Amino acid sequence: MLKIKDLQVSINGKTILRGLNLEVNKGEVHAIMGPNGTGKSTLANVIAGKPGYHIDKGEIIYKGKNILEMPPEVRAQEGIFLGFQYPVEIPGVSMTNFMRTAINEHRKYKGLDPMSAGEFLKLMKEKQKLVEIQAKLTNRSVNEGFSGGEKKKNEIFQMAMLEPNLAILDETDSGLDIDALKIVANGVNKLRTKENATIVITHYQRLLDYIVPDFVHVLFDGKIVKSGGKELALVLEEKGYEWIKDESSK
Amino acid sequence: METKYNDILFKEKLVSLFNEHRRKIGFNDTGQMSALRDNAFETFEKTGFPHTKIEDWRNTNLKNVFAHNYNVLFEAQADKPDIEKIFQCNIHNFDTHIIALYNGWYLSEDKHLITLPNGTIIGSLAQAVKEYPELVEKHYNKYADINENGLIALNTAFAQDGIFIYVPDGVETYKTIQIVNILDRDDKLFIQNKNLIIVGKNAKLTFLHCDDSYNYNRSFTNTVTEVFIDEGAVVDHYKLQNLNDSSALINTTYFHLEKESKLTSNAITLNGGLIRNKSNVILAGKKGKANIYGLYLVDKEQHIDNRVFVDHAESDCDSDELFKGIADDNATAVFNGHILVRKDSQKTNASQTNRNIQLTDKATVFSKPFLEIYADDVKCSHGATVGQLDEEALFYIKSRGIGEYDAKLLLLYAFAAKVINKISVEALRENIDDLVKKRLRGELAICDMCVLQCKTQEKTYEFEIDLSKI
Ligand SMILES: Nc1ncnc2c1ncn2[C@@H]1O[C@H](COP(=O)(O)OP(=O)(O)OP(=O)(O)O)[C@@H](O)[C@H]1O
Ligand SMILES: [Mg+2]
Repeated sequence: MLKIKDLQVSINGKTILRGLNLEVNKGEVHAIMGPNGTGKSTLANVIAGKPGYHIDKGEIIYKGKNILEMPPEVRAQEGIFLGFQYPVEIPGVSMTNFMRTAINEHRKYKGLDPMSAGEFLKLMKEKQKLVEIQAKLTNRSVNEGFSGGEKKKNEIFQMAMLEPNLAILDETDSGLDIDALKIVANGVNKLRTKENATIVITHYQRLLDYIVPDFVHVLFDGKIVKSGGKELALVLEEKGYEWIKDESSK
Repeated sequence: METKYNDILFKEKLVSLFNEHRRKIGFNDTGQMSALRDNAFETFEKTGFPHTKIEDWRNTNLKNVFAHNYNVLFEAQADKPDIEKIFQCNIHNFDTHIIALYNGWYLSEDKHLITLPNGTIIGSLAQAVKEYPELVEKHYNKYADINENGLIALNTAFAQDGIFIYVPDGVETYKTIQIVNILDRDDKLFIQNKNLIIVGKNAKLTFLHCDDSYNYNRSFTNTVTEVFIDEGAVVDHYKLQNLNDSSALINTTYFHLEKESKLTSNAITLNGGLIRNKSNVILAGKKGKANIYGLYLVDKEQHIDNRVFVDHAESDCDSDELFKGIADDNATAVFNGHILVRKDSQKTNASQTNRNIQLTDKATVFSKPFLEIYADDVKCSHGATVGQLDEEALFYIKSRGIGEYDAKLLLLYAFAAKVINKISVEALRENIDDLVKKRLRGELAICDMCVLQCKTQEKTYEFEIDLSKI
């Protein structure tokens, strides 16, 4: 589904990703871990098409197409979803209008008619239940005045509404209390199918108890320096990143 | 041969027109009004038109406005438009009394002044002078200041007609009174109206003032409105401006607030060549409250200048200003807010906010707050910003599958909504909301006027869904 080849990315002349390779197939869950500032969010943003990054080298192939020239909205319509590490507050834009516009844009892309108000309302209710997000939150402006945890839940709610093929969740677990973490993980698991894939970026192995990954990767200094199964997360939890730094500098 | 500037030529033309038509202009006047007229004319002769060397006019240049040859109508046009057509439609769900000025003159089916069952009198100012000279004289030109600038003096010298509204003490007019200014001529017209609104003690008035073009011809309008708000009265004043790109509109409004009265004014500028809205607000009694809001959307070569002067002449008064605007293409937006808190005006609460989005490098925004405070026990705040669209928010929206165009629209609309939401008359708010959305989408035609827009409201623009109503 996703194939990243030798990706080198810089921002403001500073190289962040240095020849990154990653392959994600349908039905898989990949976890990406790594020290602060090593480029995890950069990778997520570049996949989603955030402007401002300079692609120096490499390609991102998604569903067989190189998406680097594709505008972010088309990537989204093609099924890519980014759960933001820092969701943006948009005062004055109501969640409802926002989601309705988004859903109808996705439908238009697929050649479908816009969803009726009734259908949309039903869908909202259903997905609210799934992520146990309160209806009162979805009646407000996008993320405005939401608590840190509420913002993260709202990301999952949006993901549930849009049903992406490839979801990239950038530290969706940070800032969540234990109960919220379970709810979010549960939401992600319920949305898993054989057809879609998930990349979770996290600092904590705890999340991976709930969202069990097929692969764990360590991103360090702009590259994936180690990959393994879910047990790698346990090793990282226990030993930290020092040994990987040592290993990769050899 | 000496070359004369357009403003000098235009002034000379007006001076000779005034002398030539002096009797006709003032045939309806009371003695007091006639003296005012001559005095104002002298003032205009001395001061001439405002120019950019005057601080208040630094950012609004009328040079191009004067470069045209305008006609002045000294009496109402004989042929009238299809009145039926103008009055048949109404804002959806919005029950109003509509009164209209047609090319500067009061337009009516029969009577020029009517008394509603609750005692409210509405109609033509010229007619009010005939029928209620004392009432008119008590307030006429008591709040306007002919020395403010040459255009105020000029208006006072020339104005023959306009709107008159009188709400007696204790009367609450539930129906909104809608004033429609219709410009529809094949020649270029210079129009000067004077409106007088008197709201009695503990009375209530909501009025909407629409300035609309019906065609693309050039026009120049210089209007002065005086609004007297007596003790405990509540006034909601809305302005909706949708003029063509060749129009120039100078709008000066004087609000006089007596004690414990409340004014909310909201000016929505959707389109116009050059518009200057000046609001002078005097809080002349204790515990008065003035909310002055505005939203302006300008593009192409358009120019909007909003000016607010709030005079806290008495203690314990509140004033709140919120002006938001979007300047696109080569447009210019000007905001000047002057708050004066006099020495004994303690316990004053004054706030002023001006926010602008400048969409292109070629658009220009001037924002100038000016606080002049002589009392010590006051709460005053002000903020002015000029910014671009929030790139982070734009990407967030796009990342959900919404394209550039709609993403921008969502953000621009959200920006404007803060001012629209201040409109307390629901039907009006919904209507203006639709007009603003249309405007932002570039679908607002000049003929989409508030009155003639008979189509039912659009309810289902993609991002517009109000779940509470399902
Ligand atoms: N606009 C920018 N200009 C310059 N440097 C930037 C910019 N944005 C990000 N960086 C730098 O790029 C590097 C990678 O940032 P990134 O956000 O991808 O890290 P991360 O791995 O997600 O870290 P964390 O775990 O703290 O979220 C950091 O050193 C950061 O300071
Ligand atoms: Mg990060």
